[in-house]
Amino acid sequence: MVSLVVNGKIREIDAAPDTPLLWVLRDSLRLTGTKFGCGIAQCGACTVHLDGEPVRSCATPVSAAAGKKVTTIEGIGATRAGKAVQAAWIRHDVPQCGYCQSGQIMSASALLAKKRAPSDADIDAAMSGNVCRCGTYNQIRAAIKDAAASAKGA
Amino acid sequence: MRAKPMNASRREFLKASAMAGGGLIVGFTLPGATRLAQGAAKEARMSAYLRIAPNNEITVVCGLSEMGQGVHTAIPMLVAEELDADWSRVRVEQAGVDQAFANPIFGMQATGGSTSVRGHWEPMRKAGATARAMLIAAAAEIWKADPAECRTERGMVIHASGKKLSYGQLADKAAKLAPPKDVKLKDPTQFNLLGKSGTQRLDTVAKSTGKAKFGLDVYLPGMLTAVIAYPPVPGGKAASVNDAKAKAVPGVRRVVQIPSGVAVLADGYWAAKLGRDALEIQWDHGANASLSSEGISKMLSAGAAAGGAVGRNEGDAKAETPAKKIEAEYEAPYLSHSCMEPLNCTAWVRKDGVEIWAGTQSQGPAQGILAQVAGVAPGKVKVNTMYLGGGFGRRFAPDPVIGATVLSKITGKPVKLVYSREDDTRGYFYRPASVTRMTGGVDADGRATLFTASVACPSIMEGSHFMKLPPDGVDEFGVEGIRDCPYDIPNLRVEYSRQEPGGIQVWFWRSVGHSQNSFFLESFIDELAYAAGKDPFEFRRSLLGKQPRCKGALELAAEKAGWSKPLPAGVHRGIAVVFSFGSWCAQVAEVSVAADGAPKVHRVVAAVDCGMTVNPDIVRRQIESAIVYGLTAALYGKITFKDGRVEQSNFHDYRMLRMNEMPKVEVHIVPSTEAPGGIGEPGTPPIAPAVANAMFAATGKRIRKLPLLG
Repeated sequence: MVSLVVNGKIREIDAAPDTPLLWVLRDSLRLTGTKFGCGIAQCGACTVHLDGEPVRSCATPVSAAAGKKVTTIEGIGATRAGKAVQAAWIRHDVPQCGYCQSGQIMSASALLAKKRAPSDADIDAAMSGNVCRCGTYNQIRAAIKDAAASAKGA
Repeated sequence: MRAKPMNASRREFLKASAMAGGGLIVGFTLPGATRLAQGAAKEARMSAYLRIAPNNEITVVCGLSEMGQGVHTAIPMLVAEELDADWSRVRVEQAGVDQAFANPIFGMQATGGSTSVRGHWEPMRKAGATARAMLIAAAAEIWKADPAECRTERGMVIHASGKKLSYGQLADKAAKLAPPKDVKLKDPTQFNLLGKSGTQRLDTVAKSTGKAKFGLDVYLPGMLTAVIAYPPVPGGKAASVNDAKAKAVPGVRRVVQIPSGVAVLADGYWAAKLGRDALEIQWDHGANASLSSEGISKMLSAGAAAGGAVGRNEGDAKAETPAKKIEAEYEAPYLSHSCMEPLNCTAWVRKDGVEIWAGTQSQGPAQGILAQVAGVAPGKVKVNTMYLGGGFGRRFAPDPVIGATVLSKITGKPVKLVYSREDDTRGYFYRPASVTRMTGGVDADGRATLFTASVACPSIMEGSHFMKLPPDGVDEFGVEGIRDCPYDIPNLRVEYSRQEPGGIQVWFWRSVGHSQNSFFLESFIDELAYAAGKDPFEFRRSLLGKQPRCKGALELAAEKAGWSKPLPAGVHRGIAVVFSFGSWCAQVAEVSVAADGAPKVHRVVAAVDCGMTVNPDIVRRQIESAIVYGLTAALYGKITFKDGRVEQSNFHDYRMLRMNEMPKVEVHIVPSTEAPGGIGEPGTPPIAPAVANAMFAATGKRIRKLPLLG
């Protein structure tokens, strides 16, 4: 048994300690907003936060999350940065197929939580681990800047 | 992807009926096909295109698959425009599999070939206009007024006297009326929604909150998750299997051999994956164990040198003796689509039929195929279309839906078949590799007088299993983008030689044949411009006198890019223009090249003439998306073979363009009153040649083999 705090709720999961957190979230907890893309931390679709830090859940054993706060796309709207990012995503109509966008939003939220006004270089550094096959990168960049501006005004 | 167009007259007779809980349904009754599709008894059920509820909510039912291209917004906009609906009350619902939703261009329910708006521009507007006419008639009856005294606006019928009734208030009454046989559609100058910016996508909120449900997000009670160990060489099969260790993995329930490989079924993906890792399989590699990319290149090159079936022949290319002649061989590799969502399908074969849940581009064909697989009537196959995490043509292929259905039939349980990223990358259905030899010539004044192309590549038509090579032996996907060369060159000849290396399944990849042929043609035209001593833009322009829309797109891109204006030191421009899927797209790429030869694309300026638009914001995003897709392939994309095996496996060795490599993109739309063209694909073909041409401008070195980074 592994005990996790996911989006503020304590969850007890019967899983081997080396099971990737991704599959515990999806197959055990049915939190399907976190996506499977590559399985080797190359695409960022599975990004979640562990104690506020972005991690690739496909390459994070569930044992590494024990005792930590796990935040997923289903819970990120409850944070100040996450709320601003999601609102900006909607204003900018960012998603196309949408499959990578949970991971993009999780990476962007972690960036904004740390940097109130990220530069282009900051955005490149924080977001280049997240692949978007539909090519929404320019809209993601614009939405992050808008989220930063709106959060500052809030 | 072409098939017989369906009989358009079937759509001309829209039907109406009342909703169970009150309200109006406008739809379409197709007795035979509907019964077939729904398994209903004798009475034909009406397939709804549109429902208007008493609470004023308007639901547009869309038979097309949403894979990012925005069709779940565009189709409702077509209906809403003619209905004069209140857009804020419009929602979209995915249709099941139903011949009433056959794509008018294909004659089957499927999404691809950039056909959705082209095929539905009129029928969906007609559905909206029909409902509007019935709502007006209902209001006129209530008011005992002449319908001509009534107008509509934002979900209301308004009488000249100022009286108003909402569509929801009128829906019950309208449902009792007969739909008009003929309705007049708006003149485009009357459009309020179509062609205007500012209408947001209907799927944005679900896709920004993790709530959108893709194929992989389907969970059914008692469901098993399957992964398959596939033969590592095309055409191979398992000679012997020791599954003892796999079955010992906690959570693994079954190991079964099926035609495509050895499947491990388990409680969840991770157990299935660990089970597969533990399989001990001796493979019989079959005939293709020595397949190599070097061998494939040689085979294609020999085919291109030998020539083949004649696809176009004007003037006398063989007799022409130009003042200056150039000749070159170009090559493009196999490519994987690599959708963000790995391929998958959930199937449940029950006594009463088959039900699948999948992000598929081809509901209609899947219904027929799965009926055969499961041994049931087509009407017993139900398809639940989920959001597609990318499609690009790959989700037109039937392999995941067949695999899941076979496994559910064997186990009697619902089965979710999942491709790992490695399975997806190595799962074939590739854009074909191609080698093309071209010759070109100019006269003493630098005017082009000769162009020939000899294309050698596998046949998608034959590989598709739903088309055949035409009698002339020319695969239309093998030569598209080169046979339709828009330039006015008097002596022009295109040949096609079918070559099929090692049984590699080829398939439709965003923009299909144009994806490689436009690179060949637009690079070679650039070579010809330099041979003629002409500016590449002016040279193209001079050959497009008979192609005003092509020339218009080219000129707009050049103008917006400031073609003749100076650039920062080290930055160079390349240009290309391509007609595909009913639209013209020209692009100018601004590129610098590092000392090691690696290009950096700084900015892309695109101009597109796609006729009238539905949603210009989505049009611009689709062109930008297509540029990223094409640029990724141009820079990095290649699937290669060694000892019969695919060498690439995941994103570390099949590279994707990332945020830090993303150029600025500007998209300009040519104002037009012409019929709509396609938009999902036309942005992809021009980017590879535009970048390659800019690299030549920068370095003087012509790259004739993709990818550009080698």
